Amino acid sequence: MDILENISQSLQNGEPDTVAELTGKALDDGVPVKELLHKGLLSGMEVVGERFKAHEIFLPDVLLAAKAMYAGMEVLKPLMVGEEAATSGTVVIGTVQGDLHDIGKNLVGIMLRGAGFNVVDLGKDVPPERFIEEAQRTGARVIGMSALLTTTMPVMGLVVNLARERGLLGKVKIIVGGAPLSDEYAQQIGADAYCFDGMNAVDCVKGFLGIN
Amino acid sequence: MRPTLRFLTDELINKIVDEARSLLASLGVEIHNDSVLSMLADHGARVDMEGHHAWLTDDIIDRALKTAPASFKLYDTLGNEAVNLAGYESNFTPGSTAINILDQDGKLSRRPVADDYVRYAKLMTGMHHIASQSTAMMPTDVHEKISDSYRLYLSLMFCEKPVITGTFTIEAFEIMKDLQLAVRGTAGELAAKPLTVFSACPTSPLKWSDVTSQNLVDCANWSIPVEYISMPLSGFMAPVTLVGSLIQHTAETLSGLAISQLTKPGAPVLYGGSPAVFDLRYETTPMGDVGTMMQDCAYNEIGKYLNLPTQAYIGLSDAKLLDAQAGLETSMGATLAVLAGINNISGPGMLDFESCFSLEKLVVDNEICGMTFRMAKGIEPRDDFPSQPLFEELIAEQHLLIADHTLRHLKDEVFFPGPSIDRANRSRWKEEGGRTLFKRANSEVDRIIAEYTPARLSDDVTAELTRLMETEARRHGMDKLPEVN
Repeated sequence: MDILENISQSLQNGEPDTVAELTGKALDDGVPVKELLHKGLLSGMEVVGERFKAHEIFLPDVLLAAKAMYAGMEVLKPLMVGEEAATSGTVVIGTVQGDLHDIGKNLVGIMLRGAGFNVVDLGKDVPPERFIEEAQRTGARVIGMSALLTTTMPVMGLVVNLARERGLLGKVKIIVGGAPLSDEYAQQIGADAYCFDGMNAVDCVKGFLGIN
Repeated sequence: MRPTLRFLTDELINKIVDEARSLLASLGVEIHNDSVLSMLADHGARVDMEGHHAWLTDDIIDRALKTAPASFKLYDTLGNEAVNLAGYESNFTPGSTAINILDQDGKLSRRPVADDYVRYAKLMTGMHHIASQSTAMMPTDVHEKISDSYRLYLSLMFCEKPVITGTFTIEAFEIMKDLQLAVRGTAGELAAKPLTVFSACPTSPLKWSDVTSQNLVDCANWSIPVEYISMPLSGFMAPVTLVGSLIQHTAETLSGLAISQLTKPGAPVLYGGSPAVFDLRYETTPMGDVGTMMQDCAYNEIGKYLNLPTQAYIGLSDAKLLDAQAGLETSMGATLAVLAGINNISGPGMLDFESCFSLEKLVVDNEICGMTFRMAKGIEPRDDFPSQPLFEELIAEQHLLIADHTLRHLKDEVFFPGPSIDRANRSRWKEEGGRTLFKRANSEVDRIIAEYTPARLSDDVTAELTRLMETEARRHGMDKLPEVN
């Protein structure tokens, strides 16, 4: 088994120490950083994601794999140029104003980080302006919003409107999720997509950013 | 603490058993088999050979109870321990001897053929919460005289799990015993490691036919376990009260126990049955009736009180399709059965008053069995005291998804059912095809059969099994057995 496959396999097994060690060794052997990132770490996470979707593994397995990926990333980071090289892109997430139910949003954050995204989590009860400001400040490509209450769902529409006013629509994709949400509602308020769970959010963001 | 369920007090059990013993001594039992009657007479029973009747004294019943084993195990075709019939250990086995199979469209039932049986046996290898196979249905593409032995043959060829089965005739016992000897090698090995249990059904009220009473004798002589399947029909062929039906069930079962134990003391037996409340509106015998299930659990309590391992036909349904009724009756029965600690629970896969088998239902029922096993494990503390460190971790990390505590206990604490049970949110369910329960179960049937790994019996053994079966088929005018894959 070559070292990239070894890294991928150790990552799938959720072994942070081994992944860090193998990543360092691969660097010493002259494997390019980009190749290590994509063919070792991210390809391992890809397998983990697929196995999770197929019910073969559970959420803790995904998170342990993500932890292993971070360990590998820590080794690579000093050698990378710019944030975009280190991650697949930035996503700003938050639970909308008036809503304190953030468990689903937290899961989405965990899953996005696991897939290699830089996640800026604004927490809960987030005013519309903050989503826009943070997206602009960080150069995020995606804004993700969650709501559990039918009474707080309309805040999502306000964020979309604000993004439109600031000329961000199209440049920044907006995804929404939460128990009372639906495809229809997302379309109605002009969001780019409705995501029904954490892994679906990862797939959706990857789709928007053209990542396999 | 293992959760348990009781319907009867010890005092009531005593009264029921005393009453049953009294019936056996005063009214006696009808037995249409001269050699069995003679054997009972030799042991001191009063018999009327012409009237086919025997009266069983307390002494005979006491001797039978004294020699019957309190537990025994079943072993798979390779000789590995597979089923422990003891104490409150519950094991599931599919319902048996259906004359129909629910077709793959989920709506029509039809007569099963050998290929259906092979698909069933292959599927059983993937039913991890169902410890033994049963001869679940009757293939109709073989001569009726071999329809019992041919089922056993296919089961032994395609699945390693032990088999709950039975004969339809006295003659068929020979080939069904020989098939088992071919697997085990010697009579001693077969006795030491039982491979099958034979069901033997008295006829209500208080009758043993020539065939079933002879089956008891033959099984005892070869140390092949039997399960007595007394079938009082409350309100029709038994008293309408549950206690009255239990008295009848006890008397019929004790009479079977006497035949087995007097034939061969120590012969392994299960205190079983298939009573039913008679539905006076439809003239049917609903297995999904709550009173039926209560009787099953209650006679199991009587069996345990008598220090015998138990069996029941429970955890099945009278619905015609894999619908909500099928789910509710099956889960209610399986739950009660496991809480009651019934040792051999016969039911998964069965519909329509034990007459229609469904592979898809078997897959769903396998999950029900898994859930009931989780329930039987109860609620136990596991590193839960003191709790403060864990809550500190939760507050600090904001979740416990990868906490050591979670990883250590996840698989023991949480039962995760297979994909036939829908746990997705509506959007994901829709995205994955919006499939009904039947369609999800049907996909699982196909997947498990496609991934089937052949049973590991040696070539010599399978060749001998086939030789025996072909010889038996020829005896009944069949030149060759159906071709199966």
